[in-house]
Amino acid sequence: MGGGKSCEVARANSPARFPGPLPLPLPSGGAECAASARQPFRQMSETGEPRESFSFADRALAVVRRFAPDAERLEKVVRLSGGASQETWSLVAIRNGSPERMILRRMPAGVPVVEKIGLETEAALMRAAEAAGVPSPHVHYVVQPDDGFGRGFFMSHVEGEALGRKIVRDEQFAAIRPKLARQAGETLARIHAIDVASLPQLPLVKPAQEITTMFANYRAWSEPRPVFELAFRWLSERMPPENAALKLVHGDFRNGNMMISPNGITAVLDWELAHIGDPMRDLGWICTAAWRYSVIDKPVGGFGEREDLMAGYEAAGGGRVDPNVLRFWETLGSLRWGVMCIGMGFRAKQSDRPVEMSMIARRTSENEIDLMRLLAPRGD
Amino acid sequence: MQDKPGPTELLAAVAHFLRDELLPTLTAHHAFQLRVSCNALDLVARQLAQEPAANAAEVARLTKLLGHGGELGALNAELASAVADGKMTLETPGLKDHLWATTLAKLSVDQPQYGSYKRECARETK
Repeated sequence: MGGGKSCEVARANSPARFPGPLPLPLPSGGAECAASARQPFRQMSETGEPRESFSFADRALAVVRRFAPDAERLEKVVRLSGGASQETWSLVAIRNGSPERMILRRMPAGVPVVEKIGLETEAALMRAAEAAGVPSPHVHYVVQPDDGFGRGFFMSHVEGEALGRKIVRDEQFAAIRPKLARQAGETLARIHAIDVASLPQLPLVKPAQEITTMFANYRAWSEPRPVFELAFRWLSERMPPENAALKLVHGDFRNGNMMISPNGITAVLDWELAHIGDPMRDLGWICTAAWRYSVIDKPVGGFGEREDLMAGYEAAGGGRVDPNVLRFWETLGSLRWGVMCIGMGFRAKQSDRPVEMSMIARRTSENEIDLMRLLAPRGD
Repeated sequence: MQDKPGPTELLAAVAHFLRDELLPTLTAHHAFQLRVSCNALDLVARQLAQEPAANAAEVARLTKLLGHGGELGALNAELASAVADGKMTLETPGLKDHLWATTLAKLSVDQPQYGSYKRECARETK
């Protein structure tokens, strides 16, 4: 079809690429996927290292002693997530007789690297975030090459709930929910204030370039979708200025990637999609409908109001937020998640979870209805 | 003509076995994958039941919008192209209604429990 010619986003010539490994946990119905990603379901590695969990604790202890020489032993060494290339482990170090729970994010040696920003960079960002007053786990130690333990880092365990569908519904969060949007705004202002020059090198992602890639992926992977065409056109007519100030962008800041306690946000997690770009992207993403877990009248993460998000952002020094710009990024967010869903279907046959990936592909239409509600709302 | 029980009944029987008998015996990981699989069977059942009438209605709407008939895939591609080119916009009579009808028909099969879908359905029955 010849639709690309007059559409600005189609003009730029970018080859269709697979997105990187997709950020989990997943929204609403797929929130159960999130549970599976965070709950222990096997202690054996999937990485071809037989009986690894058996010897793994001994090897981990040796590394733990690099930063905690008083560690006597490790208990409750449990693998939390089942990705083939990146592992998350929970473990309890016994130090002077008392237990201290820790989390290990790790990529075993010998696993083909699907490079995003890399675990070392993630650790550096978490340290910078903690120093900037962002609720964050404390990074204890970054694994060194001569540790012979692959790549990764140890961090403190933070109390809280990360499952979005619980955060928007459970009684224990009822009192804190109305305050979370403002806290999210304050947190983002602190992230965006971090001096980029102090950080390891990160990918630079400009809006036009991101939309161009999304458009190429959509056209390569999907049947034609009039609703997506409408949204791409709408976005291309409202592009933010290219010279907007470039900041550290978390890249996946949403309900599901934060730990929440009854007292508020206790940790910002999952920095693997961090980049340098337009900071408004983070504010739009947490408003994107997919992350409301069907509590659709609370636009910020299913728990709060846009006005509170913007007020918190401004109060913490992030500057004034233009509601129209927020709407641009919220719309882009639904389109982005929609294209990612399509990508899941495209890759399902090669996946070790083909049914799950195929069913996520059938959630593309959720983004179509959310785009319609944004761009072509029906009167009451 | 094929014999009974038909596809819908067979799918329901399989889903019942998987959910009510097999599921409780599984580990957390496999239980999750099985629940997703059961959801897939339910989706297939909805699609078998709804697709023929929904597709016929979509073709009828597209025929009116585009001024000519044809096969659904080709008509939909033509519409997508017209939207991408700006030849059709939300001001084009009938386009918004068509996009809404088509989107709701998809959600009715894909994710009838999705919050935005339930809200828009409630609007229709008001």
